Amino acid sequence: MAEHTVKAFDEDITRIRGLIAELGGLAELAIQQSLEAIVTGDEELAREVVERDPKLDALEAEVDAMAVRVLALRAPMADDLREIIAALKIAGVVERIGDYAKNIAKRVGRIEGRARFEPLTLLPAMGEVAAEMVHDVLTAYAARDPIVAREVIERDEKVDAFYDSIFRNLVSHMVENPATISSAAQLLFVARNIERIGDHATNVAEMVHFAAVGSYPTDIER
Amino acid sequence: MSEVITPTRTPEFEARLKQRYAAEKRFKAAGLAAVLFSIVVLIFLLGNMLINGLGGFQRTVLDVPIDMSRMALSIPASENDAIAIRALQSQGLPEIVQFAAEEALGAEGAAQVNSEAWRDVATEIVNDRSLLQGTHTFALVTSEDLASAYAGDGQAALQPLAQELADRGVLRDGFDAGFLERSDATDPQLAGIWGALKGSILTMIVTLLLAFPVGVLAALYLEEYAPRNRWTDIIEVSINNLAAVPSIIFGLLGLAVFLTLFPGYRSAPVIGGMTLALMTMPVIVISGRNAIKAVPPSIRDGALAIGASPVQVVFHHVLPLALPGILTGTIIGMARALGETAPLLLIGMRAFVSTPPEGFTDNATVLPMQIFLWSDQIDRGFVERTSAAIIVLLIFLLLMNGLAIYLRNKFEKKW
Amino acid sequence: MVMDQTHAPGGKSLEAEAEALSAPKISATGVSVFYGEKKAIDEVSINVHTEHVTAFIGPSGCGKSTFLRTLNRMNDTIPSARVEGTIELDGEDIYHSGMDVVQLRARVGMVFQKPNPFPKSIYENIAYGPRIHGLAQGKTELDQIVERSLQRAGLWEEVKDRLEDSGTALSGGQQQRLCIARAIAVDPEVILMDEPCSALDPIATAKIEELIDELRGRYAIVIVTHSMQQAARVSQRTAFFHLGHLVEYGHTSDIFTNPREKRTQDYITGRYG
Repeated sequence: MAEHTVKAFDEDITRIRGLIAELGGLAELAIQQSLEAIVTGDEELAREVVERDPKLDALEAEVDAMAVRVLALRAPMADDLREIIAALKIAGVVERIGDYAKNIAKRVGRIEGRARFEPLTLLPAMGEVAAEMVHDVLTAYAARDPIVAREVIERDEKVDAFYDSIFRNLVSHMVENPATISSAAQLLFVARNIERIGDHATNVAEMVHFAAVGSYPTDIER
Repeated sequence: MSEVITPTRTPEFEARLKQRYAAEKRFKAAGLAAVLFSIVVLIFLLGNMLINGLGGFQRTVLDVPIDMSRMALSIPASENDAIAIRALQSQGLPEIVQFAAEEALGAEGAAQVNSEAWRDVATEIVNDRSLLQGTHTFALVTSEDLASAYAGDGQAALQPLAQELADRGVLRDGFDAGFLERSDATDPQLAGIWGALKGSILTMIVTLLLAFPVGVLAALYLEEYAPRNRWTDIIEVSINNLAAVPSIIFGLLGLAVFLTLFPGYRSAPVIGGMTLALMTMPVIVISGRNAIKAVPPSIRDGALAIGASPVQVVFHHVLPLALPGILTGTIIGMARALGETAPLLLIGMRAFVSTPPEGFTDNATVLPMQIFLWSDQIDRGFVERTSAAIIVLLIFLLLMNGLAIYLRNKFEKKW
Repeated sequence: MVMDQTHAPGGKSLEAEAEALSAPKISATGVSVFYGEKKAIDEVSINVHTEHVTAFIGPSGCGKSTFLRTLNRMNDTIPSARVEGTIELDGEDIYHSGMDVVQLRARVGMVFQKPNPFPKSIYENIAYGPRIHGLAQGKTELDQIVERSLQRAGLWEEVKDRLEDSGTALSGGQQQRLCIARAIAVDPEVILMDEPCSALDPIATAKIEELIDELRGRYAIVIVTHSMQQAARVSQRTAFFHLGHLVEYGHTSDIFTNPREKRTQDYITGRYG
């Protein structure tokens, strides 16, 4: 892509992208660590995730401020304008992804008797798909690639399928072992959060598509 | 100069600053000196003119009392002064005047009374008929010989007479209002500038009427309509050169062309005017073109865009804005034409003309020509008249310029 | 020729939409302009409708002003200029030999970059056009035309008590509105504006932009502008010129949010040059 005649404009855009990349990295880390903590019961790790969440909030606020500044001072047009609007929305969505990861981490202490839960093996797999979606969509953002974005959106049905199966599994487990209901409920919430993370990743993918092409992907079943 | 030592004001800087101020002062002083020098020269010239010329507005007269009541003169009831004067002449007024002069001054003195002096008496009587009743002292113009003797030149033999008459108080220099009303004459006491003045006015009118419209229209055409090609370049160069051509050449042209076409009008203002118009036109065209060029194209664009035709653009917008500049050029051209002698010499406007021209086709002479002719004369009286004529010429020039400047300021618009 | 390559919002093509509009006021087809041997405009085709304000944008020297001046034959004043192609006003070719240029310029008015009021009174500035075209019988009618034009230009309240003052004594913004009123006074059908606000401060500019919005629909307005923000604010259709070519023409909102041509995008995002 050709550079802007006013180099400072390019620097501003680069900074915003950098912030989003940083934000995305922290969100991915939070997902990975919170899932590991759920499986291993590592409360130390969980606390790390929770304590790191304000950093994501701060980064999102910084992206907001920078985007508003660029809108006011640079009067971006066409693809620059779409990029800034997308960056604004993506920052918000990624911050929420981070919140879900924090939420998962918070539930680590409330689960007892880990060995007895079969879904505990499914969760990491589901989480990995969601985490990959987040990773890939942020890569697509960096590359301004609408095709990868579309592909990420299609992957969401896998996450949904995972969620359905884990849900059934946990419900039947709860029926058979009423003593485990509270722990199983926590795991339900965890699965729910991962499913939400997948949904948010598709939101990001839609914004990436809009920034690159100027329209939303309309023909994907979701 | 501040007391605080700042880093920039090093000694070298101070020295350079001093040099710069000194250079500026020198330049200003030089300019002022030039202006003062010019003013001094101007004052000297004008002063010289005035001192020499003021005498030209006077002439030597003898005061002689004449008792008209004894003479039984009558004036016909006619409006025409010339008829009344002739009537007085036929009734013997010249002899009466001579008789009264002999009585008052003696034979010698009376002999020095100008033979045409009675005309002034007649004119006075015609203007004020009450003079026919009673005695009145008339100022009789003297002969040129007595006037010269009175001034200290001329015949030595007349000096004692002049001295005696002056001591008696009857011989003096009086203000000559008639100088501006009379025409040229062989006798400097009787000479006047009006003939030449009227000739100049008539010639200038012809020049203006010919040069101004032709020059302005030519300038408009060359600037607004003419295509820019080699032919128009040649025309532009030719006009610029014409403006620099010595004026005497135009006289040759006038001689060759106008006098062959109109052989009967040798000394007429119309021929002189045409010749001077040829000379003035290039000046008007050049200054007109510059004035038209100076009108900003945005005015033309604005007028065109509103649907004005090219002619309307030129006459409603360009010309009014260019008019001050055009008038300036016209002033310069006309002033030059007013003072021209050489071309008129060649076309023969150097005749001795003793009556003012009635129309454009009568014999006439112009002010600078009259000055030239008088300056050739040896009579002392004409020397003073020459300077007086120069003053009249300068005043005429001033009035003309004043009128044009007034017109220019009136039309000046700010854009 | 890229006239109908863009799409209106909602997927309708400009062609389909054109049927919903009235016939174009000005229709240019294959227009090329030469200065001597040099080609300044290359095969430009574009339609101008009365319902829209059309903006011409593009870098310096791209030909937008040159093309604008072909629409009222102001290029005729330049001896070396030559125009090929067809330009029609209400279906009539304005370059055919029977067309009276003076009349054409009364129908297609022009406002210039630097305000150029005549060095006459405000009243005379406005009255001059109607007078030479014989649009008013008598002084009362002329007064009415002057008042109406000044009101439409949003200047009446400011100058109604000093109509005899010189037109050049007004401020820059007022002078430009005076020039617009002057153009309106001859009852044109089209108003061409060549960078009308580039010599004005932001407040005067805003007033003129508001005026353009008010005049929209009554006159077909074409505005050449260096400022993309102004084109975005003021117009409904935008044409991007580059090196004498018409690169893209479409809805203003499309041009500025999602242009089809890379050259257009590069220019409006500041990547040009």
